[in-house]
Amino acid sequence: MLYREALNRAIDESMAADKSVVILGEDVGRYGGSYRVSEGLFAKYGPKRVIDTPIAELSIVGNAIGMAIAGLRPIAEIMTVNFSLLAMDQIVNHAAKFRYMSGGKMTIPLTIRMPGGVSRQLAAQHSESYETIYSAVPGLIVLAASNATYAYHALKAAIFLNDPVIFLEHELLYPMEMDFKEIENFDPFKAQVIKEGENLTILTYLKMRYDVLQAVPQIEKELGISVEVIDLNSLRPLDMKTISDSIKKTKRVVLVEEDHKTGGYGAEVIARISEQLFYELDAPPLRIAGEDVPIPYNRKLELASIPTPDKIVTQIVQWSQANGL
Amino acid sequence: MNSARVKTFYYLMKLGREFELAAKEQYMQGNIAGFLHLDIGQEACSVGTMQAFDKGDVFTHYREHVLAIARGMDPKLIMAELFGKVTGVSKGKGGSMHLFEPKLDFYGGDAIVAAHLPIATGCAYARKIEGEMAGVFAIFGDGATNAGAFFESLNIAAAWKLPIIFFCENNYYAIGTRIGWVSPFEELYHKARHYMPSTRINGMDVCEVYEAVMKAKEHIEEGLGPYFIEAETYRYEGHSMSDNGKYRSEEEMEIFKSRDPIENLKKEALKLGIVEPEYFEETNKKVAKEIQEAIEFAANSPEPDLSELYEDVYCKECTNVIP
Ligand SMILES: Cc1ncc(C[n+]2csc(CCOP(=O)(O)OP(=O)(O)O)c2C)c(N)n1
Ligand SMILES: [Mg+2]
Repeated sequence: MLYREALNRAIDESMAADKSVVILGEDVGRYGGSYRVSEGLFAKYGPKRVIDTPIAELSIVGNAIGMAIAGLRPIAEIMTVNFSLLAMDQIVNHAAKFRYMSGGKMTIPLTIRMPGGVSRQLAAQHSESYETIYSAVPGLIVLAASNATYAYHALKAAIFLNDPVIFLEHELLYPMEMDFKEIENFDPFKAQVIKEGENLTILTYLKMRYDVLQAVPQIEKELGISVEVIDLNSLRPLDMKTISDSIKKTKRVVLVEEDHKTGGYGAEVIARISEQLFYELDAPPLRIAGEDVPIPYNRKLELASIPTPDKIVTQIVQWSQANGL
Repeated sequence: MNSARVKTFYYLMKLGREFELAAKEQYMQGNIAGFLHLDIGQEACSVGTMQAFDKGDVFTHYREHVLAIARGMDPKLIMAELFGKVTGVSKGKGGSMHLFEPKLDFYGGDAIVAAHLPIATGCAYARKIEGEMAGVFAIFGDGATNAGAFFESLNIAAAWKLPIIFFCENNYYAIGTRIGWVSPFEELYHKARHYMPSTRINGMDVCEVYEAVMKAKEHIEEGLGPYFIEAETYRYEGHSMSDNGKYRSEEEMEIFKSRDPIENLKKEALKLGIVEPEYFEETNKKVAKEIQEAIEFAANSPEPDLSELYEDVYCKECTNVIP
């Protein structure tokens, strides 16, 4: 199943199951979504529930909050995370805080879907990853869907949760053909061990999952070790149990993320590991992340600005040698 | 119609059209990537505005190659930018959507819809207090007129009587969304009417565009405050190379193609006998040569060095203190 089809199916089934589910965003209706995620939904559910909005991100999220207050379960699609900055006030000051500020009286069942990351030469204003920003906001749930199975189940779960969810997708994943499995009693907040290993834990999420999996055989060969890989899936809350079980076994941890290194989401994960698992570690943790630069247009520079399978191998091998592993 | 001016219009529109056709071809050959938004069909807006607004500051969105050419940017430097080469106008770091040249008072190339409007408005404020009444020109699409930043800019520009021309290219679509689906009316000059003089013109006619901007320019230069122009136009291609534009009808396309700004200017000029027929032949040849040179320049230019990655994040002084 294509990644985007998994998302489409989750939305379609949710809309079929519950009339209060609506979707709104730029080009989501007649056009079928700029990444074709909402294809077919306009014809099936009509303009009242599949809403083409103007280019007005603040209003897309603001209106969705109002709809949620009125009893709907809106799915707001922001064309890419880059434009979500225009909706930041609605997301952070309103969606995230209404429950708390009202002493628990208000409920905002809202899902905000948005793809991000470095795609291909879209340059600085179209290549950001803002999971670190949203994950820092109390009141938001942040899920990062790297694969069709998680995307389908987690999006369905998100739609029916009674709190605002930032649902992150990645632009390069939409056309990818992926394995798909239906799972009963799915827990969207659980990290997933996607490859078991004994000597090193690599934590990752979203598109970097694939770069890591591509790098792993080479790392195992060069270092003569076996590597465990964990896809974090849920960024807020973070599943520390799965992380900790793995580190207690492997004693070493590397985090791979596409976002800029400084203040990236990985900084938070590594800080927690340092606080909670310091004495379990045989080596200082390593972060492999994007460079601290706006993303350049030129392909060579663009690739230099983010982790690639080659760079993941090189940096892990160097780090192992530097730490006498 | 003045002969010399018509010739310049024709030359620049033809240069713009051929530039865009060449860019499309180079994209398909894999020499250009990312988002490539073509201006084909809209050349009268790009050329007419920049010919009239020949001083002052220009702020634009991402569909800006022809506007930049009409402003005086060398097509070679634009093509090299599209190729991601270090000789490009933004050193290959910006690409198609981010052409900047302060020497031409040309400030982007912004790819966040409507985000350049408050910026342009702020620039107009500064020009006003400096007594620089040549002011500011801001160009944007129909889709941008639904954004908060748009309405905020109209309000501020009018409240403070700023020397700024708001020029809306209404090509009826924001990617696949028809303006009438998300705006209560399709004639967008109504949105500005209560704030400033506001007019709707035929954006497929370069002379009409030119005249309208000349009038707006006089208005802002006299210190009378902002001016709004809506130009009806059409893009013949999809929104960008990743969109086929098939949500629009053949009939609609044909109507606008019959109003083609380049063909019609030529026809009209020949009919009036103000430009000799050979001019067009010669100009087409000259344009073909210039485009060929631009492609060769871009193709033969070097890629940026990897050391460029951390250049230009900060100014030189700051780079020394920020690790
Ligand atoms: C704030 C923001 N939201 C969404 C987008 C994605 N986007 C890029 S261009 C565009 C359509 C703009 O249409 P319009 O203003 O009519 O200009 P045109 O492309 O027709 O020239 C959209 C939705 C964006 N770049 N910025
Ligand atoms: Mg438009």
